[in-house]
Amino acid sequence: MVETQKHLIDHLGIEKLLSVVGGSMGGIQVLQWMATYPNKIYSAVPIATTLKHTPQQIAFNEVGRQAVMFDPDWRNGEYYGHSPPVKGLALARMIGHITYMSDTSMMEKFGRKTRADKEPFKFSADYEVEGYLRYRGDNFVKRFDANSYLYLTKAIDNFNLLNGLALNSIFEGLGAKVLVLAFKSDWLYPTYQSQEIVKACKLAGVDASYCEITSTYGHDSFLLETKQETQLIGGFLKSVTLGSGNGNQT
Amino acid sequence: MTKETHALEHKVISSWINNGASVLDLGCGDGELLSLLIRNNQVHAQGVELSEQAIHNCVSAGLSVFQQNIDTGLTEFSDKSLDYVILNQTLQQVKKPDFAIKEALRVGKKVIVGFPNFCYITNRLQIFFQGKVPVTPSLPYEWYDTPNLHFLSIADFREYSRKNKITIEDTAYIFKNRKIKLLPNLFGEVGLFLLSR
Repeated sequence: MVETQKHLIDHLGIEKLLSVVGGSMGGIQVLQWMATYPNKIYSAVPIATTLKHTPQQIAFNEVGRQAVMFDPDWRNGEYYGHSPPVKGLALARMIGHITYMSDTSMMEKFGRKTRADKEPFKFSADYEVEGYLRYRGDNFVKRFDANSYLYLTKAIDNFNLLNGLALNSIFEGLGAKVLVLAFKSDWLYPTYQSQEIVKACKLAGVDASYCEITSTYGHDSFLLETKQETQLIGGFLKSVTLGSGNGNQT
Repeated sequence: MTKETHALEHKVISSWINNGASVLDLGCGDGELLSLLIRNNQVHAQGVELSEQAIHNCVSAGLSVFQQNIDTGLTEFSDKSLDYVILNQTLQQVKKPDFAIKEALRVGKKVIVGFPNFCYITNRLQIFFQGKVPVTPSLPYEWYDTPNLHFLSIADFREYSRKNKITIEDTAYIFKNRKIKLLPNLFGEVGLFLLSR
């Protein structure tokens, strides 16, 4: 993915990017930019992301992939021209959505609220959380291709910036300024993974900042806590542009 | 602590630091000291702070800081990788001051420690005459609402350094916004130490 982006900036004639910013899978791409093209970026902001997926993260992705592949409509990926595997993909999205939230955020959003016309043993979506997940799943299939889902989740699982390398060597020679952001309630990409990114930066002598934002939204926080992120990233980018901070003032 | 005392503390610290050095400030707060050191000493500055709001302010000011609890150690720094590590007005608020000092000495070639002297004369008088835990400009908190977990005096810190074979390279004691030399454990409101090992 980063190769494609690199081709694009070359095509556009952009010498060096002011910043590469992204959360989750976007954050993985930020880390790849830092490692592969250290001289092409002035700064980087990896958000709620990781140097490599843990077995737990791979496990959730695998359950999602299995849901797609169990759908008879998947037809080993040859579903184009037929009806696509919408049931499997919707189920994969439902599982995904649970991992993007937190116990607290689900309690706040849904509680145990039920529909007025609930029918307990017809297994319809009686609880609001059930309705929400079904709605999310059904909506997702309208805009997402099942095979893309398989390839993207597999690409994330295969990403491993360490890959046998020492932690202090992956960002060696990176001159960019780095701001790492993580969220306290994010259990899908726990804060220790972001701290490891900071550690890799520090060990390589990279100028890095780390902020752990208090939020109850779980992994979704990076899409929702926009006010705090705007303030932090705004200030950070200003310092990158103005060259304020370390050693640049006389 | 008055503003003037803080300013003097910062001035002393700045005078101990070589130009262009690498500095890590543990418990850097809003980054006031780091900004001063970048301006005055052209240091390569980094800070560690626990408070989220303080980290926000530092990042907005363009400082390189990370949010972490010092009590978990400084694993992201290799031995003697920094010229100076600063523990100013921090030591009394960490859970394990002994560990914090030793980690600072591990990663830093020199360590600067600054703390309010619990045996400062005003504190002694308050304990003696009022029979109450002192509440003073350098220790402005009530017992039930204080971030301070440890109380130490200048004499305590000297004894600690001797026992742990830490070299005290320089000292500064502040009384009523100026530096003093006479009876520091009695008249020093704040003690500052430049250490190495």
